[in-house]
Amino acid sequence: MLLFIVFAPLVTALLILLGAPARLTALLGAAATAVAALAGLFLYDAARGGFQFVSSFPISESWRLQFLLGADGLSLLMLFLAALVLLCAVWFTPPIEKSERLFYACLLFLASGAIGAFASLDLFFFYAFHELALIPTFLLIGIWGSGNRFAAAWKVTIYLGIGSFVLLLGLILLYRSVPPELRSFDLRALQAAAAGGGITLRAQSQIFFLLLIGFGVLISLFPFHTWAPEAYASAPAPAAMLHAGVLKKFGLYGLLRVALPLLPDGAHHWNTLLIVLLLGNIIYVGLVTLAQKRLDWMLGYSSVMHMGYIFLGIASANVIGLNGAAVLMFAHGISIALLFALAGEIRRRTGTLVLSDLGGLGKVMPFAGFAFGVATFAAIGLPGFANFAAEVMVFFGAFRVGADWQGFHLLQTATLLALWGVVISAVYMLRAYRSIFMGEINDRWKNLPDLSRTLRLPIILLVAATLVVGFFPNTTLRVLRPTFPAPVAAAHP
Amino acid sequence: MTSLLPWIALLLPLASMFVILLATRSLRTLSAFISVAAVLGSFVCSCLIFFQQTSAAAAICWIDLAPLFSVPLGLTLDPLSRSMLFMVTGVGAVIHIYSLGYMSADAGKSRYFAGLSLFMFAMLGIVLANNFVMMFIFWELVGVSSYLLIGHWFERPAAAEAAKKAFITNRIGDFGFMLGILMVWTGTGSLVFTEIAAGMAKLTAHPSYLTAAALLVFCGAVGKSAQFPLHVWLPDAMEGPTPVSALIHAATMVAAGVYMLVRVGFLIDASSGALHVIAWIGTITAVLAALMATQQNDIKRILAYSTLSQLGYMVMAVGLASGQAAMFHLFTHAAFKALLFLGAGSIIYMLHHEQDIWRMGGLAKRLPITFLTFLVGTLALIGFPGFSGFFSKDAILALAYERSLPIFAFAAFTALLTAFYMTRLVVVAFFGDARSPHAARGAESPIVMTLPLILLSVPAAIGGFGFFARNFLSLPNETKPVVAVPVIALLALLIGVVSALLLYRNRTTEPVEIELFRNRFYFDELYTALIKSTQGLLAAIAAFIDRWILDGAIVRGLSGGTWGSGFLLRLLQVGNLQAYGFLFGLGIIGLIYFTVFH
Repeated sequence: MLLFIVFAPLVTALLILLGAPARLTALLGAAATAVAALAGLFLYDAARGGFQFVSSFPISESWRLQFLLGADGLSLLMLFLAALVLLCAVWFTPPIEKSERLFYACLLFLASGAIGAFASLDLFFFYAFHELALIPTFLLIGIWGSGNRFAAAWKVTIYLGIGSFVLLLGLILLYRSVPPELRSFDLRALQAAAAGGGITLRAQSQIFFLLLIGFGVLISLFPFHTWAPEAYASAPAPAAMLHAGVLKKFGLYGLLRVALPLLPDGAHHWNTLLIVLLLGNIIYVGLVTLAQKRLDWMLGYSSVMHMGYIFLGIASANVIGLNGAAVLMFAHGISIALLFALAGEIRRRTGTLVLSDLGGLGKVMPFAGFAFGVATFAAIGLPGFANFAAEVMVFFGAFRVGADWQGFHLLQTATLLALWGVVISAVYMLRAYRSIFMGEINDRWKNLPDLSRTLRLPIILLVAATLVVGFFPNTTLRVLRPTFPAPVAAAHP
Repeated sequence: MTSLLPWIALLLPLASMFVILLATRSLRTLSAFISVAAVLGSFVCSCLIFFQQTSAAAAICWIDLAPLFSVPLGLTLDPLSRSMLFMVTGVGAVIHIYSLGYMSADAGKSRYFAGLSLFMFAMLGIVLANNFVMMFIFWELVGVSSYLLIGHWFERPAAAEAAKKAFITNRIGDFGFMLGILMVWTGTGSLVFTEIAAGMAKLTAHPSYLTAAALLVFCGAVGKSAQFPLHVWLPDAMEGPTPVSALIHAATMVAAGVYMLVRVGFLIDASSGALHVIAWIGTITAVLAALMATQQNDIKRILAYSTLSQLGYMVMAVGLASGQAAMFHLFTHAAFKALLFLGAGSIIYMLHHEQDIWRMGGLAKRLPITFLTFLVGTLALIGFPGFSGFFSKDAILALAYERSLPIFAFAAFTALLTAFYMTRLVVVAFFGDARSPHAARGAESPIVMTLPLILLSVPAAIGGFGFFARNFLSLPNETKPVVAVPVIALLALLIGVVSALLLYRNRTTEPVEIELFRNRFYFDELYTALIKSTQGLLAAIAAFIDRWILDGAIVRGLSGGTWGSGFLLRLLQVGNLQAYGFLFGLGIIGLIYFTVFH
């Protein structure tokens, strides 16, 4: 099962490079992956819990290194997100003029990196798969990007490279922090070692700091976020969808999968720092987002901002907040992918994403206007969409930590500010919607064609996914509950 | 089966919305009829629920993280919600039918009716919700349906702006609401109203916490019911189609704030500090809005300010700890204000979207049904004896007289202003000579629009009598009838009517110009300046820092002599991917080798 999910996109990419019809093969490969991932979600036995569908292939006995795949609810949710966004990204790919095969292969490699990381239970491959995704990112922006694409491609690659480097240091130290006889790349073994108190407090806090910064760079944690808006603005829409929607979740996944369970005391130690930084994401980046005058930059910053809410769920370190964070990772992936997809379609038609140049497009592109409206309301957390259910859990989880009758403490204040962030995101999203689709139409846009009918399917798929989770969050929580059974870190900051 | 009835009432409009969006978007008339059928179905269910006194409904669990956190989706069925259900679906049905006429030629008819269905779903959800999160869910959903319907004519810049303003202003109120919900939940450990009410002792032991929580919950009502200082969105919301103004921005949604306060009365009433603030917010809103209404020329805006003012009365009643008086006025107001808006819509429709009362005149003869029903609505609104508003307003005035004389004084003054601006509206619009070509040629609206007017004028006229109202509400029991209250109220009414008659009879232009009132006390200008100088400025500063310092500094850091930059810089200059990848891989392998296996 997992082998298929991991290798289907890779094999598809290779087939395309070898000469299979690019778009069709990519669509089929992505669809098969998505179906398999969805099946995984259904087949996962939540009552049994733990990692399932495990398969392992020893690589080196002496290094205790093996190619080890396995998934629990969190991984399966992320796998499904990755496969679904991949499918839609492929679908939304416009006709490519230069090296079409390479473009589709890059998309598939990018998704494979994320998928492989989500499915790996082995630290080495967990890291290696993510590195695999950096190269196609560089190529996609550098070759098919727009604007100042070379600078953006270099910037994002170097930035993420540094982040990965810090992360690698952290992971190596983590490997070395357990007693030599317990050392392994197997996450389950490490977890057992950590649970037995194998990692000292001092080591925990050092390693957690490295992991927080390393993963943080990849997630665009404030103040390491400036690569993101520029990269997303320059990247072709399908690449932005995959990167902002899926690959960025790798860092969050890493925090939830590696850092929190293995280093609970380290997480506790750095929680205040994390809260301060996440407020930077929500309030400071929120304000920056308000000041943006171009849609692509605005969406880029907004995706940085929304990472703050996921961090808030992580910082709450309780069942409610962590489940909320996990659902929000999924919800955000869907909504930002849809927004980037539509932004790409607008850019393809108008050649501009400057908000003040657009206007009144709802008249000529009613379906695009409708879809963008849905995505906007999903992004600002309207009930019915998964984003709302997730944010509710994040807020309730965070607010209760250390609450008493006397007044607001750290996490209550953070929740208050995060709630204000919800107002900020409504302001910038509705402002963008108003200036793009509402108002009087500029004569230049009188003859723009609406989205082609074939694009309805991927839009409906994305919207349906977020609506199902939003209406029935219990469906997702059912598979997630075994992942977050009890407080994984000490609750009080 | 009976336990499913409320769910059917709730879900029919939602189903209608999905059907319209997914299937019948291009078949405009069919969409309209689907929506009307759905609301009629809901109305029938509501009638059954009302007359059978259904009190049980199935419940499901929305978020289940028990024992820490669980959000049920359950329905409250008590006399309050049953009456409200009946009223909302009844008024909703009437206005849906009216919309068939008013929006008959509109190109976006499917979108419009889908929006109305979404609204009905959300509003019924508010009425039926049995816990805070569920109420918040539907609270947000009415907000979005309001946004969509205000912005129905989205190509008009004014409508686009108004929609955005309404949504964001409501979000500010909801910011407080959510915080209040969080505090209540943290304090009591529950979200369900009945459980919180049972566990109030936990909160009353900490009065300042309770007051803060109650006031934060009240913030939600301040936004939704457009109370001062968040009242600015409602007048602008009149950019939406007139039936929407009648349904959402007069009869039901804006009253949801009041309904919510009554629903959580156990929380509000427990804090005298919160009650005090609420009463005064209501009073301030009532007076300010009435003053603004006296100088407006747009017929819908006059009614909008009047709605603000009447909502102020209701909130005042809540603050005076009488949810019954508030609900009484909410019900009568729903009938007569919906009637007035639909009457205004009938005029606007027949006068080709003319809304300036100074360009009307003499309409009494040309639109007789509209005129007569509008008159009924006006008499009810100004509290003419025998009409519904008389009884409900009297109940609030008596309450204020008993509990706080300053508030009573303001309330009576508001009654005077109400009589004044409504008389002005009727005299200028319906009497005298026609002052525009459209007004001179106006004729009565089609039956699909006048029938709702006639239907609504019945409760607007007699809805205040005990024999009628007692079926729906537990009326505020007047402990000791005070003669002074109706006397003062009548006096205020007379002064208002007579002065307006004297001032506006046979006028063709406005005789008195009070800029302060006309410009809404400059609240909008004040807020715009405030937002620009705080949030706008902060945003500009943050954007500057991000661009030139955070990002700039990093670029400088890379080219400077800090850690690792030498080797990165060289990579940059190579500018060649293979070299980069090679070095990167080499570095990783080296690192792994040295740190792990050495």
